Amino acid sequence: MSEPASNPMREALQSAISENPVILFMKGTPDAPACGFSARTVAVLETLEQPFAAVNVLPDPAIRQELSALSGWPTIPQLFVRGELVGGCDIVLEMYDNGELQQLLGMDADAAKGQAVGAGTATDGGEPAPLVIENLL
Amino acid sequence: MTVSPDELKRRIESEIPGTRAAVSGDGHHFEAVVEGPAFAGLSRIAQHKLVYDVFGTELGDRIHALSLKITPTEDR
Repeated sequence: MSEPASNPMREALQSAISENPVILFMKGTPDAPACGFSARTVAVLETLEQPFAAVNVLPDPAIRQELSALSGWPTIPQLFVRGELVGGCDIVLEMYDNGELQQLLGMDADAAKGQAVGAGTATDGGEPAPLVIENLL
Repeated sequence: MTVSPDELKRRIESEIPGTRAAVSGDGHHFEAVVEGPAFAGLSRIAQHKLVYDVFGTELGDRIHALSLKITPTEDR
């Protein structure tokens, strides 16, 4: 993959994905999802009481564009666990139904819970961040 | 221009050999139940990508949403 050396949006997305063990890119926010697919995916994570970071892709079309270029996945939502794309709404629901998601999230073993993962770091500071990460970890 | 479920069905079936698809939808949001040997042995992500790739950039644009239920079948 040859990308231009400087792509701030791509870099911001990449660090958000690597810094947050569970991160959901969605339309709207967990409190106010703007799309049924995003809403259903949030509902699954909330049912599991799984802490997650959320990024609203709607404020800037470039977020979605770069995210899809990065992940190779055309649609929103997109759930990443430990840096890996898990999938969109269909896959998340299917994996929730058969227990694979719970397993992936380590709910049986040492959970990703309670990790001190930079809560607030993404939105701290004076300059406007390219991505607003609603950190629910 | 709206998209018909029939068009999606035809395209999935013709571009992924051996696949059978049942598609319903309202012209923007679609649901497809797809089965075929092409999906065997692939991860879920790869299965979905195989179908998404049939439509490329039309997804999220002309085709607002495509919900997929994919079942791999044995090749025979």
